[in-house]
Amino acid sequence: MEKEKIDAAQESSPGITRRGFLQTVGIGTLEIAVVGAVAPAVQAETRQRGNLVPLTLKVNGQRHELHVEPRWTLLYVLREKLELTGTKPGCDRGECGACTVLIDDRPRYSCLTLALEADGHEITTVEGLMHGEQLGPVQEAFVQEDGFQCGFCTPGQVVAAEGLLRHTANPDIGEIRTGMSGNLCRCGAYGHIFKAVQRAAILRK
Amino acid sequence: MIPWFTYSRPNSLKDAVKQLSVPGTRLHAGGTDLLGCLRDGVVAADKLVSISHLAELRGITRTGNGSVRIGALTTLTEIAEHPYIMEHYAALSEGASSAASPQLRNQGTIGGNISQRPRCWYFRGDFHCLRKGGEACYAVAGENQFHCIVGGQSCFIVHPSDTAPALIALEARVRITGPQGTRTLPLESFFVGPQKDFTRENVLDAGDILTEILLPAPAANHRSSYRKVRARGAWDFALAGVALSVRFSNGIVQLARIVLSGVAPVPWRVREAEKIVTGKEIDDETASQAAAACVKDAVPLAKNEYKLHLVRGVVEEALLAMKQA
Ligand SMILES: Cc1cc2nc3c(=O)[nH]c(=O)nc-3n(C[C@H](O)[C@H](O)[C@H](O)COP(=O)(O)OP(=O)(O)OC[C@H]3O[C@@H](n4cnc5c(N)ncnc54)[C@H](O)[C@@H]3O)c2cc1C
Ligand code: FES
Ligand code: FES
Repeated sequence: MEKEKIDAAQESSPGITRRGFLQTVGIGTLEIAVVGAVAPAVQAETRQRGNLVPLTLKVNGQRHELHVEPRWTLLYVLREKLELTGTKPGCDRGECGACTVLIDDRPRYSCLTLALEADGHEITTVEGLMHGEQLGPVQEAFVQEDGFQCGFCTPGQVVAAEGLLRHTANPDIGEIRTGMSGNLCRCGAYGHIFKAVQRAAILRK
Repeated sequence: MIPWFTYSRPNSLKDAVKQLSVPGTRLHAGGTDLLGCLRDGVVAADKLVSISHLAELRGITRTGNGSVRIGALTTLTEIAEHPYIMEHYAALSEGASSAASPQLRNQGTIGGNISQRPRCWYFRGDFHCLRKGGEACYAVAGENQFHCIVGGQSCFIVHPSDTAPALIALEARVRITGPQGTRTLPLESFFVGPQKDFTRENVLDAGDILTEILLPAPAANHRSSYRKVRARGAWDFALAGVALSVRFSNGIVQLARIVLSGVAPVPWRVREAEKIVTGKEIDDETASQAAAACVKDAVPLAKNEYKLHLVRGVVEEALLAMKQA
């Protein structure tokens, strides 16, 4: 409770609020607003409390120039600043896998990754697995095999499967179980999820 | 949301040490443990110093004399999948691959794994416990099914690392650079139990950075393993586990190291059990005697007596499997 209050107070600290500022200028114009003031990457110096820090994120092949609070997680920035809401917040503590994204081809939890730590890396979210307007092969495989019930865990499952298959193109069932063991499904659709991964391995070829 | 902090990512070890020497500063490696601690208010930080740009702390290399150097920033996945580690230091690759989940192994570093904070739910929760500067260890009279059965005194945490017992069995040393310079010590002496100081788990002081882990060159006729018992197949910390490292000569044990996980505030080496198997063949009898020695000094709390049985079972099983391997 106490902590939340403090957070709320910080969100609305003097003058223009950070959230308000970002909302007013929007992501697009923010790029112009920060040009010149921004070094290419995070610099090796302390930032003062309340300051936003410039950050370049490469998400699904696109570069984004942003200003972030050091404490913002990649999950928060993807959803709240880049509006890539395919990546889901579940537990926010590394225990469910709903927030899984690929960082340089490896699945990671975006809830336990600071946005600032992701700069210089290739980030892939579930949106990045589309082939234009078409579903990508892993997504298609989850549809074909009914690899979900409520669907909340599905984006994380799909990204984890993509990460597994980029590394191990023909996984056996043991490798699938291990590779997918960082993603929980409350609905217990595991049997279908594992089948979907097997199908995905075929469709990806 | 995590409380405010400022952030810095120095490009040199020297600069990182300097910045980390300032009170209120915390080191960020993979962040998988640290961010959870910050979010839950277990620790506070004015500033995080990320060491992720220190490329010299990354990777696995073999030195001229055959020993192996593992940079502190090497991820658990990199260690688990490394062919040379798999072949010659099986206990380590098994420890690394049995920790946490694939996503966490892709991000968590070996330095962070060894230096992670305990998982005691009172320590992680809203309890001002002894380890956080409070008056009492709430596990003593509370829910203590996952707490220690040996080595506890005033505080009853277990050390959560799956790689540390393996590394100690493999006679690893660690190198630490701090404000006073660089020192190298056996990993065994890195850990600090509650009888010595219940506010810390290791010797790291302000400004200290663990930079690398050194493993001795692989010996002939040497085998090692790490076995972990847990409630579910992924994510779970060890209820009990054992790292073994044994050198054989014609089937006779020349040298053995037996280190337990999940049962003590530090990775728990049992010299008495090592003595029991040394100079003998591993058979049902020696395995059972060594297993009994592993729990001889254990005094379980109200709700964790089951760990005595787990330890005996896992040690016996691991020793017999090593013989057959
Ligand atoms: C859900 C969950 C399940 C987990 N399960 C397991 C498990 O089963 N087994 C297991 O062993 N672990 C487990 N972990 C713990 C742990 O997070 C990881 O294993 C990981 O290796 C920690 O490394 P990191 O680089 O992310 O550490 P960080 O979070 O960056 O650091 C952890 C701590 O160590 C300090 N530190 C880190 N590197 C250094 C260094 N080089 N020098 C000095 N200090 C340093 C930091 O200041 C911090 O206090 C789990 C974690 C979570 C969240
Ligand atoms: S939201 Fe990240 S693992 Fe649950
Ligand atoms: S489909 Fe409902 S949580 Fe997995």
